[in-house]
Amino acid sequence: MALLNVEDLKVYFHTRNGVVKAVDGISFSVDRGETFAIIGESGSGKSVACYSMLGLIPKPPGRIEGGSARFNDQDLLTLSESQLRKVRGKGISIIFQDPMTSLNPFLKIGEQLIEPLLLHTDMSRKQAWQKATELLLEVGIKDAEKRMNAWPFEFSGGMRQRVMIAMALITEPDIIIADEPTTALDVTVQAQILKLLKELQVRRNIGVIFISHDLSVVADIADNIAVMQQGKIVEQGSRDSIFKEASHPYTQKLLAAVPDSEKVPTALDGEQAIVEVQDLCVYFGSEKHGNQVRAVDKVSLRVERGEILGLVGESGSGKSTLGRAILRLVNPSHGKILFEGQDITELKAAQLKPLRRHMQMIFQDPYASLNPRMTVYDTLAEPLLLHNIANKKTLDAEVFKLMDSVGLARENVLRYPHEFSGGQRQRIAIGRAVATKPNFIVADEPVSALDVTIQAQILDLLLELVERFDLTMLFVSHDLGVVRYLSDRILVMKHGELVEAGTAHDIFSNPQQDYTRSLLEAIPGKSLLLGEVGSVGGPDR
Amino acid sequence: MSETTQTLTESAEAMPRGVSLWQDAWVRLRKNKLAMIGLGILGFVIVICVLAPWIMPYGYEEQDLRLGASAPSAAHWLGTDTFGRDLLTRIVYGGRVSLMVGFIATAVALLVGVSYGAIAGYVGGRVDAIMMRLVDIFYALPFMIFIILLMVVFGRNLFLLFLAIGAVEWLTMARIVRGQVQSLRQQEFVEAAISLGLPPTAIIFRHVIPNVLGPVVVYTTLTIPQVMLLEAFLSFLGLGIQPPMSSWGLLISYGVESMEEYPWLLIFPGLALSLTLFSLNFLGDGLRDAFDPKASKD
Amino acid sequence: MWRFIGFRTLQAIPVIFVVITVTFFLVRAAPGGPFDDEKAVSPQVQAALEAQYRLDLPMHEQYFAYLADLLRGDMGPSFNYPGRSVDELIFQGLPITAELGFYALLVAVGIGVLSGVIASLRPNTVQDYVPMSLAMIGICMPSFLLGPLMVLVFGIWLDWLPVSGWDQSSGDKVLPSITLGAMYAAYIARLSRSGMLEVMSQDYLRTARAKGLPERVVVIKHALRAGLLPVISYLGPAFAGLLSGSFVVETIFQIPGLGRFYVQAAFNRDYTMILGTTTFLATLIVVFNLLSDFLAAWLNPRLRYQFQKGK
Repeated sequence: MALLNVEDLKVYFHTRNGVVKAVDGISFSVDRGETFAIIGESGSGKSVACYSMLGLIPKPPGRIEGGSARFNDQDLLTLSESQLRKVRGKGISIIFQDPMTSLNPFLKIGEQLIEPLLLHTDMSRKQAWQKATELLLEVGIKDAEKRMNAWPFEFSGGMRQRVMIAMALITEPDIIIADEPTTALDVTVQAQILKLLKELQVRRNIGVIFISHDLSVVADIADNIAVMQQGKIVEQGSRDSIFKEASHPYTQKLLAAVPDSEKVPTALDGEQAIVEVQDLCVYFGSEKHGNQVRAVDKVSLRVERGEILGLVGESGSGKSTLGRAILRLVNPSHGKILFEGQDITELKAAQLKPLRRHMQMIFQDPYASLNPRMTVYDTLAEPLLLHNIANKKTLDAEVFKLMDSVGLARENVLRYPHEFSGGQRQRIAIGRAVATKPNFIVADEPVSALDVTIQAQILDLLLELVERFDLTMLFVSHDLGVVRYLSDRILVMKHGELVEAGTAHDIFSNPQQDYTRSLLEAIPGKSLLLGEVGSVGGPDR
Repeated sequence: MSETTQTLTESAEAMPRGVSLWQDAWVRLRKNKLAMIGLGILGFVIVICVLAPWIMPYGYEEQDLRLGASAPSAAHWLGTDTFGRDLLTRIVYGGRVSLMVGFIATAVALLVGVSYGAIAGYVGGRVDAIMMRLVDIFYALPFMIFIILLMVVFGRNLFLLFLAIGAVEWLTMARIVRGQVQSLRQQEFVEAAISLGLPPTAIIFRHVIPNVLGPVVVYTTLTIPQVMLLEAFLSFLGLGIQPPMSSWGLLISYGVESMEEYPWLLIFPGLALSLTLFSLNFLGDGLRDAFDPKASKD
Repeated sequence: MWRFIGFRTLQAIPVIFVVITVTFFLVRAAPGGPFDDEKAVSPQVQAALEAQYRLDLPMHEQYFAYLADLLRGDMGPSFNYPGRSVDELIFQGLPITAELGFYALLVAVGIGVLSGVIASLRPNTVQDYVPMSLAMIGICMPSFLLGPLMVLVFGIWLDWLPVSGWDQSSGDKVLPSITLGAMYAAYIARLSRSGMLEVMSQDYLRTARAKGLPERVVVIKHALRAGLLPVISYLGPAFAGLLSGSFVVETIFQIPGLGRFYVQAAFNRDYTMILGTTTFLATLIVVFNLLSDFLAAWLNPRLRYQFQKGK
């Protein structure tokens, strides 16, 4: 029998607005040495399913309505709270998504690490400390003895996640639940953490339940995969069967949503560049106080008319700042910005206003980029009226036209942002950006806050709009797959500097810089992305 | 915001209306029984106090010396004080003063605090640093002692009382508004407005102010009881409202003098004050929960 | 940390200076002299009195002389208690007020934190509603109302406890301490409840539970410290409130403490006394604000870390 056997698990939430069937009769099993991935978009019930087995969902409103979860000859669902506590952290441990918030900021790392040992074993404090130190070394933290006495804030995100992994492993559990353990991390760090997890799992022969929204992340590490949608497992099977012979339409949709192709570069007519940046620097803080940050450092680039220029980098690389500086939303410290041949570096707000019509921005977080107190109508009407594109007579028609072009139903015109989903919100934000018929748009990670299937729709919408309105776009993203799918040329940024530039094809097939190579190396599910797993498209589909 | 909505033609008018955050908050508030009871009591108290001269059967200074202090009766629902004056009438008239001090001093705090905080938060940088440092320094001042000093030195002047109380309470308001404005300024929708080319005044009025209104309303509601307490405290010490004017604090201090013989003289004014403070606090708490959807979990 | 302490202390000095200066000129600007009430005194006596209190000097000279005296710890003679200095009067009242304040703080923090934490453990149940309703009553029941009511009930009607005095009969400290502390207990209860609820929703508490820790350990070891930080920061303002609250409580219970002296001085226009006590109390409040800031900073690992690194 498998290590963990879940049969027909049902978890409902009884809220004021009725019953939500968060988990609706799912069954799966996990064996020793197996990585079992549960894939689903937000709200699919994947995390609730795992937490409920350990009694970690809020009750009420949550309630386990039925099923069983057999682990070590006992049904977890029937255990009392105190019996469950003996399983938590001992038999089954959890690695959480956000390492920045999952460690107690008020306790030293060592103290938090040894806690499960003191609780579940009869080790002395000293022995526990010793074991924790060794484990820290094993998960790749140098100077472990010293680091045991450090505070969480002294660690970077990746390092904290290593600590979390050590903490989960310290009691030598049989199963680890990893809940989106790399979602909050940069690609290169993500690759390291995934590798570490896989190594440890093999070495210790434990079962891993890997929860993720991202098929590509699990493509390299999962043995078996279950796809969840609205509380149900719609399809499950071995990794190969899921990737090669997916039968359920939802799985196929998820697979299709992975941006796995390379854009055929647009033919450019080589006239004057729409944007030209020369030696641009953006510094924050001051040199005098020793806290100067060179967010953008001597960057020169050209954006050719009609192209989509991808700008790739990890967090803190300065890519968003560069995008904003080009639009003069952040003031540059040195250098020159030419827009349509005009030097806009020194222009004042009033002088910029007529130009703003021609350059727009799409933001990352559709929950923050819309004024929560304005209806769709107000939001879309604002730019139209401001730049005299519509007058009072034509306004309604113009607003509706915009809504049509970004795929929003007209009947939603009087609704407020909080009444929409993330994808719809992003459509509103895109509508606002194209309202003035700009020539140039900076899109700052416009899809990274969205679910995969929504992400695919928004990307296609962007491509369609670029074509229809003859847009030129600077597309800022951390996701190489997305950039490759969308861009004609790609720039790679690191620590405020441009390290490499080239066509998408060149960058992917023949990277010149070590950093670019390491970024490419780190792409999760390369096999999937580059079409090696099987039926899912070829590199140049 | 509404100016553009007005131009909607019939085709748009027919569309289903969305639920604004204000409506949303009102729906949530209406479900909060305590807050609604608070609102009801408060409304009642305000109406009675405003209409006092027309509805109270006795005059405020009307004495009946033969009666002296009498227990509650049919003629005098809450009894009379030692001069035979009707206690209910005195409480209602005292309430006029207490409520007035509460509302006016809060208005002063609101006006000063909101504009100060909004400017500091929106301008940012060095201006903000200096302005907020100033608030820090003010915060460190022992205001209660200063107010007492002020009352002692310049006599017990009602106008000064407003000013002094308002001067204390604006600080917190300024801090709250400044924090809100500052975090709003960094919101992407404000950045989006800038990138549209919207002038600063339009950004402030369309994008910033509507979004700070919620917290301001909440905090205002919670400031009024604080102010009323302060006034009552000073009046109790004999440093606030002076006879022949009356306020709840003053009535309580009279009540204390004779509470052994005539306990109702203490209990009823106390009840009036406490009940009003209750209503305001419950309403404030309810508003806070209504405006902060995080607070109401399900 | 040292830099933080040094910086904040330096910041406090001008505040104290401002307090002294403003108080001095306010008092001097007051209409009517301190001896206006005296029955007609001969011009000679008047002059002698004015010389004694340095009222004959120009304002700025009075001010600097006063500052110089203050530096030596001399707050001058009292107007109303001839022959006694303000220092003497303050240090006579201080121990009593300090004791009262200490008990009140104990009531405030002890009851406040306990009921706030208890309420936060099961939000929206009876365990939450009962202490929070009591806290709401506490907030709406100011000391000048609560005190007399308690005197009426426990002192007069039930005759359980003495109704006035301090250290004269057994149990006479109970009612004043509760009266003074009650409202702050209520505030602290609300603060600690919301602080704890905020912390309880943090991810790291989920981590702690996932380790299998019993709820008791989760609360005490992982939640309490962060949850009570707002209470720590509130201690400074609470102290200031307690001091001014003592004016009322000492008046109600006829306790010969600093607060009562202050109120009496205010009514008697005893200007040196007002000046002295204001300066003294204000300094005390500023110092306490500073201390509670330091305590809150000390509990913040990031600041403590800098301190240990000697930065």
